[in-house]
Amino acid sequence: MTEISDWRKRIERYRFQGSECVKCGARYYPSRIKCIKCGSEEMRDVELPRRGRVVSYTVIYNPPKKFSKYAPYAVALIELVDGTRVLGQLTDVDFDKIRVGMEVEATFRKLYEYGEDGHIVYGTKFRPVVS
Amino acid sequence: MGENVAIVGVGHTKFGVRNDVNMPELAWEAIKQALLDAGLEQKDIEYVVVSNAGGWSSEPLPAVVIAEYSGLAPKGTVRVEAACASGSAAVKLAHDIVASGHVDIAMAVGIEKMNESPTPTVVEFIGRAGNYFWEFHNFGLTFPGYYALYATAYMSKYGATEEDLCKVAVKSHYYGARNPKAQFQKEITVEKCMASRYIAWPLKLFDCSPITDGATAVIVANEKVAKQLTDTPVWIAGIGHATGTSNLSKRTTFTSLEAGTLAAELAYKKAGIDMDDPTKVIDVAEVHDCFTIAEILAYEDLRFAKRGEGVKLVREEQTYIGGKIPVNLSGGLKAKGHPIGATGEGMIAELTNQLKNRVEKDRQAPIKNGYALAHNIGGTGHYAYITILSLSKPRG
Ligand SMILES: [Zn+2]
Repeated sequence: MTEISDWRKRIERYRFQGSECVKCGARYYPSRIKCIKCGSEEMRDVELPRRGRVVSYTVIYNPPKKFSKYAPYAVALIELVDGTRVLGQLTDVDFDKIRVGMEVEATFRKLYEYGEDGHIVYGTKFRPVVS
Repeated sequence: MGENVAIVGVGHTKFGVRNDVNMPELAWEAIKQALLDAGLEQKDIEYVVVSNAGGWSSEPLPAVVIAEYSGLAPKGTVRVEAACASGSAAVKLAHDIVASGHVDIAMAVGIEKMNESPTPTVVEFIGRAGNYFWEFHNFGLTFPGYYALYATAYMSKYGATEEDLCKVAVKSHYYGARNPKAQFQKEITVEKCMASRYIAWPLKLFDCSPITDGATAVIVANEKVAKQLTDTPVWIAGIGHATGTSNLSKRTTFTSLEAGTLAAELAYKKAGIDMDDPTKVIDVAEVHDCFTIAEILAYEDLRFAKRGEGVKLVREEQTYIGGKIPVNLSGGLKAKGHPIGATGEGMIAELTNQLKNRVEKDRQAPIKNGYALAHNIGGTGHYAYITILSLSKPRG
């Protein structure tokens, strides 16, 4: 079940790809086949901008089993420069340096591995922009 | 609108770790109390709505098991799910079935036996509430993590602190210590809360509601029956409900729960309560404090305080008895406990008892206007149900 959903959404995770409503321009990640804002079903794939700012964040100390070997880890809600909001883990950062409003950029990483044969899932994490 | 509907009987078991009983036995404890309270027998109940989130208790048809064990069968029944707001959803459906004239008397039964599964399994299940396949599965965001995102945003915008959050927990435990049905009956200090370990920064163990077993029951009846049964019916004056987005990233604000705000407006409108300052008429409220930050957001979503000023109510102790509006005199989800599917009826049972002046003296709110409000949220603002109770008859 989980393997199937991992596979179905693989392109979106690998390319950091969402969908855009052709009619009203609203963008979604993960992608949708129908726009919530205007109801249109005319959507196209769009590669999302890789920069944004932290809207809010948390550090998970009590993880789900699958993530236990990675804890503690930071998860943030990020507003990309085009206004699209996405969730993602933060990486390459000290927890006490994370701030609301901090500038971050997308980076391709391993998200986790699981199962008997060590099924690996890749996707996007975010790291602070070094100016 | 339909017929006026009143609460004529309530039941509420001791909350906590209830390994002493199985699921139908626990449900029966609450059902028996509610029947006694109403002066009714099983045969008088015409329809039963059971709220149960399930999973951990591995009973796929809980409504049937409970109906048979309690002697409520062969009357019709159904099980409903609205996550942690399942109980209020059950009361709403029982209300609607009576208001529509289909039956005279209906019952909502809430039941959860979370301790039937080991704690890690329960944590895993709760974590999936929300948009499981995207948020939990890909990013490891847990249920406390969802609320932590709200806490961080609120603290950052309004200057609230972790100590402020702990003050909410201190109040919950203060009243929990005075409620014999509460899971935790011990007071705590801000220091003790601050010293507890992080679960999802900035939320610590003492910011979180526990894993709880419990059952609750609410019997509702139409006006004709209610007047035969009791001199003090507690009327359902208004119910508001709303749904939030499944994905958190589609929300427009992280300093309030949009569904909670909308449900409150609808409930106030139905009950005819002035939205400028509902605390003028509401004598007591139970709000959904699954995490301490959720109680502060609730103050603002319910318009007990302006945006950003919910934390002031906490600092000034305005939600203790004697303050602007007493909140969670039961101990709340935090200290009374949070048996997911039973929490909604539990809030409504508690407020019914508050309005009737029959809770323990040192946690009884002064009843002046005869209005009470139950604020019940499912998930992280995924479901919102707000129920307003009144001692005065709504219409006619
Ligand atoms: Zn659109």
